[in-house]
Amino acid sequence: MTPLLDVRAITKTYGARIGCKDVGFTLWPGEVMGIVGESGSGKSTLLGCLAGHLAPDTGEVLFDTRIDGPRDTLTMSEAERRMLARTDWAFVHQNARDGLRMGVSAGGNVGERLMAVGARNYGNIRARAEDWLDRVEITADRMDDRPGAFSGGMQQRLQIARNLVTGPRLVFMDEPTGGLDVSVQARLLDLLRGLVRQMGLSAVIVTHDLAVVRLLADRLMVMKDGHVVEQGLTDQVLDDPQHGYTQLLVSSVLQV
Amino acid sequence: MNNTSENVAAYNFAYLDEQTKRMIRRAILKGLAIPGYQVPFASREMPMPYGWGTGGVQLSAATLTPDDRLKVIDQGADDTTNAVSIRKFFEKTARIATTERTQEASVIQTRHRVPETPLTEDQILIYQVPIPEPLRFLEPSEVETRKMHELSEYGLMHVKLYEDIARHGHIATSYAYPVQVEGRYVMDPSPIPKFDNPKLSDCAAIQLFGAGREQRIYALPPHTRVVSLDFEDHPFDPSKADAPCALCGDTHSYLDEVITDDAGTRMFVCSDTDHCQTRRAAGHDKEDAA
Ligand SMILES: Nc1ncnc2c1ncn2[C@@H]1O[C@H](COP(=O)(O)OP(=O)(O)OP(=O)(O)O)[C@@H](O)[C@H]1O
Ligand SMILES: [Mg+2]
Ligand SMILES: [Zn+2]
Repeated sequence: MTPLLDVRAITKTYGARIGCKDVGFTLWPGEVMGIVGESGSGKSTLLGCLAGHLAPDTGEVLFDTRIDGPRDTLTMSEAERRMLARTDWAFVHQNARDGLRMGVSAGGNVGERLMAVGARNYGNIRARAEDWLDRVEITADRMDDRPGAFSGGMQQRLQIARNLVTGPRLVFMDEPTGGLDVSVQARLLDLLRGLVRQMGLSAVIVTHDLAVVRLLADRLMVMKDGHVVEQGLTDQVLDDPQHGYTQLLVSSVLQV
Repeated sequence: MNNTSENVAAYNFAYLDEQTKRMIRRAILKGLAIPGYQVPFASREMPMPYGWGTGGVQLSAATLTPDDRLKVIDQGADDTTNAVSIRKFFEKTARIATTERTQEASVIQTRHRVPETPLTEDQILIYQVPIPEPLRFLEPSEVETRKMHELSEYGLMHVKLYEDIARHGHIATSYAYPVQVEGRYVMDPSPIPKFDNPKLSDCAAIQLFGAGREQRIYALPPHTRVVSLDFEDHPFDPSKADAPCALCGDTHSYLDEVITDDAGTRMFVCSDTDHCQTRRAAGHDKEDAA
C-alpha cells in the first residue's frame, strides 16, 4: 500500500527562530494523525507546510494523487497545489472566520467548492449544500443566513461542511475545537468522529487537547521546540509515554 | 474644469503629454493582446473629478487623432453635464470635431451604455469604468484576486450569482453583469445594463475600458467572444422592460422610465437619444409598436 501522505525532513525557520525542524512521518489511507505539544512547539507551522500555506526551507511532502500517484506537493505548480486544496484536501481553521466567507450565505459557503470545480447547475448545487448542512446538523431554514448570524459551534460545523462537500481524502485541522464551550466541543468532536469513520477520511489534527486525540487520532506525534520528541499509536503514547516531556504532558503536570 | 479651460492652449494635443500617451497606448496594446486582462497603468491627474470618468478620458486622449470625430454619451444621452463637459474638453484641448450621431463618430466615449446602432470596424468604443475588478465584492484581497485571474479560478463569480438566486429567486444582477472573454478572463463590462452585454460579443469595433482611480485598462479586440456567466437552470437573460419606446415605437431598444408631468405620469423612452431621434427623423413614432 502507498501512504496517502509521506512527509520527509520538513524544516521551516523564521529568520533565526525555528518553526519546526526535521519532521517526518507517514499517514496511511483512513488514518488520523494527532499532533500535540505546548504553545509555540511548531504544530501550526508544520500543518501550514503540509497544506501548502507555508513554504518550508527543506523537505518533501509526497501526496498520493489520484492520477499520478505520489507527487511532492512542494515542487508542483501553484495551480496544481491550489486545485488539490479545493478538491482532495480540506483545511479546518481554529477560527471559523478564517475559513468562511462571512459575506456569503451558509449555502453559498458550502456551494463554493462545487462551483470552483465547475458545478453550474444551481438546483444541484443547492441540493448538495442542503444535504451537507443537514449532515453537520444545520437545518435547511438557516441555509440562506450568513455565518455572522451563527453561534461559534455552528460556524465551525459550517466550515466543516464547506470543506467536506467535494469529498476530500485528506483533512487538515488546526485546533478545530479550540475556543468553543466544553459542551459544544463534545458535540463537534462527536460529529467529526462520525464523519471521519463514515467517509474513511484521513486527517492530520493539531490540538492542545489530549481528549481530542484520544477520541479521534489513531496515531500521535508529540512536538517540543519544533522537534518531534515521540510518535506512535495514540493509546500507546498516552498510556505508556517514553519521552520525559510526553510523561509530563500526559500526567497533566504541563498545562498545554 | 472651467477654470483650467482658458489655459488649455498651453497643453499638448488632447491635454496629455506625448510620453504619457505613449505609456497609455502601450497599455492599450497589451490589453488588446490579452483580451479581458486588466493592465495596470500610471493614471494621471485629469482636470476633473474621478467620478467623471478619468480612465475613459485618458484612453480617449491617447486614442484621438486630429482627424477623429468624437461622440460622448452618458447613460445613452449626449446632453448630460458630464457628457457635454468631456466633449467640450476635447474640443478645446484637441480641436477635434464632435458629433451626437453614433454612425458619424470614429471614437465614442461612454458611461453606462452601448449604443443601439451596431458599431463598425472603423470605430473605437471607450468605456468609463469605476471598479474594474469583478471579484472585488467577494474577495477584498488584491493579491488573491490577481492569483485567481492568473489561474482562472473563477468559481467565486458563480458564488455571487448563486447568492443572487438564493435571495431573489433569480439572477438579480442587472448592471455590471460579469462576462468571460474568449473562455479565459472574467471581466466587468462596466455598469452597463445586462441588456447591452450581448453587444460586446463579436463587436466589429475595438472596445477599450479605462478605470482612472483604480489605474487599470482592459480591452476587447474586434470580434471577440464574450459570454455572460450563468447557471444551466438559470440562463443569462438580457431582457428589458417589455414596452415600446413612447416616442419612436422601438420595441428592441433599452428604455428609460421618465416622469413627464407634475402628476407623475410615466413613460418609457429610448435611453439612446441618438437612436431615438434617428428613428423619429425616419418617420417612426409610437404607433409603430401597435
Ligand atoms: N510568522 C511567524 N514569524 C516568526 N515566527 C513565527 C511565525 N509563526 C510562528 N513563529 C514561531 O515559530 C514557532 C512555532 O510556532 P507555531 O505557531 O507553529 O506553534 P504552535 O505549536 O502552533 O503554537 P500554538 O499552540 O500557540 O498555536 C514559535 O516560536 C513561533 O513564535
Ligand atoms: Mg498553532
Ligand atoms: Zn425611441
